Amino acid sequence: MQLTREQVTHVARLASLSLTPEEEVHFAGELSHILDYVESLNRLKLPPPGLNVGDGEQGPTPLRDDTPRPSTPVDLALTNAPDHSGQFFRVPRILEEGR
Amino acid sequence: MTPLFDGLAAFCRGRDSRQFSIEEATRDYLSRIEREDPELGAFLSTNSNAVNRARQLDNRMARNPAPSPFYGYPVAIKDNLHVAGLPTTCASRMLANFRPLENATVVERLLQSGAIVLGKTNMDEFAMGSSTENSAMGVTRNPWDLRRVPGGSSGGSAVAVAADLAPMALGSDTGGSIRQPAAFCGVLGLKPTYGRISRYGLVAFSSSLDQIGPFARRAEDALQMMLLLSGPDGRDMTVASRDPAEMERDFRADVRGKVIGLPEEFFGDGLDPDVRASLDRAREVLSGEGAVFRPIRLPSAQYGINVYYLIATSEAASNLSRYDGVRYGYRSLKSKNIRDMYTHTRQEGFGPEVKRRILLGTFALSAGYQDQYYRKAQQVQSLIREEFDRAFHEVDMIFAPTTPTPPFLFGEKVSDPLAMYLSDIYTISANLAGLPALSAPSWPTPSGLPVGVQLIGPAWSEGRLLRSAAILEEAVGIRRPSVGTTRGGEAA
Repeated sequence: MQLTREQVTHVARLASLSLTPEEEVHFAGELSHILDYVESLNRLKLPPPGLNVGDGEQGPTPLRDDTPRPSTPVDLALTNAPDHSGQFFRVPRILEEGR
Repeated sequence: MTPLFDGLAAFCRGRDSRQFSIEEATRDYLSRIEREDPELGAFLSTNSNAVNRARQLDNRMARNPAPSPFYGYPVAIKDNLHVAGLPTTCASRMLANFRPLENATVVERLLQSGAIVLGKTNMDEFAMGSSTENSAMGVTRNPWDLRRVPGGSSGGSAVAVAADLAPMALGSDTGGSIRQPAAFCGVLGLKPTYGRISRYGLVAFSSSLDQIGPFARRAEDALQMMLLLSGPDGRDMTVASRDPAEMERDFRADVRGKVIGLPEEFFGDGLDPDVRASLDRAREVLSGEGAVFRPIRLPSAQYGINVYYLIATSEAASNLSRYDGVRYGYRSLKSKNIRDMYTHTRQEGFGPEVKRRILLGTFALSAGYQDQYYRKAQQVQSLIREEFDRAFHEVDMIFAPTTPTPPFLFGEKVSDPLAMYLSDIYTISANLAGLPALSAPSWPTPSGLPVGVQLIGPAWSEGRLLRSAAILEEAVGIRRPSVGTTRGGEAA
């Protein structure tokens, strides 16, 4: 599978990554190379789709009791914030001017 | 200079007989880190509260006997596991200043038992890599040969134990990230069964594959650590309600009569002759103890890399979408609107390997390609699981190399991602099948580089694997690199 630079730009947009023009070219080449390799999967004869999760010996996965507990205090939750104002995370403008 | 104690049992004896205080043991390791780590680069941060805590534990022990073998025991923690009070950077610019609010469950259990965290260890950024060269925080060197990589992604934890900067360490293993560096550094590393240990407080990479496990010098110590860390915590719902004590029972059981499978796919042309020769010797040891070797086939295991780099990257693309610069972590200051803030934050915060995997995973999940890539990978994953299931009807465990080669040189594979991925070719299938697997030290190559034996078992067979590792340990002996003794650190 040969990825074009446009495809890389598209995927980067889906992944919320901005790439430099050099990175776009570089990743197009590298990802194509990796995809060529992983495509050898197509040579295998495969069982019908559907992932067989667990081995049957796993035993029941326990459910946790639904007991309320205190949430993280707001001031603590904000300690790692890049920017905050009062009790809120502060981010750049979301809506354009005049809308 | 040898450490104050060698192994958990010796630590307990020395502590309980007051041969040394917990403070002395802690200071001993901290001074080793101070002396050796500038060269090795295993640690990203050290715990400035460690000595204080040691003193408190000593005081408490003046009145009551130590309640746990781990009481006062120093440990190193991979920097993708939360320790409250210390940064969790994941060796990424994205989390350079992140401080977790609480402990990972594994850390909490260690602290509850009285263990002391020495510090946090270097790794490939977000655990993505096989050499620790992808760390944004600096280089970690292999103590057996400083020109060589320690393996990865848990390279810092492996080096910490190999160079006696910590008696034990925790790492995480998604495709070999505990076993491969353990093999490269000549220590024991165990990836438990999927569902054995809670991942609460482990920064998620590929949630269907990630497991936390120990690095140790001795199988007995790894067992004790497993007993402490295993079992449900109510915060990671993938943890099964298995009784951890089964591991202890299996560890006490004899190897005599156990059938060990040799998968021919793991001993093909790609295997380095020195690694092969070392493994032959290790096999004779287990045969000598009465284990019976039998050839088996795992034809789909060779596709493990292909499957892994579709499934792990898809899950990573999803897991890492949380790094948007809003609530924590790095934020780009370049942008005026929120969309640009997201994309620039991720552009500036992530290193090249992380971006590569996010792109690959996003592509594998994108409209029009899902069936061709992600679904197909899941089907082959099922096939690999079934092959292991069938194999374990015939054999009790599988014997294989951990890595195709001894540790490689810095820069050797860094420009070719695919070559780097292939260094995990033997470890990845155990993650895809959810099985426990360990790497135990075998005899080094003629040039003195470490070699690892990999043992893979059916689900929940950690105790059995550790028993065989203990037998190898006795035959191979505990080997230490000469770091520190050849560089003027010699005092004993």
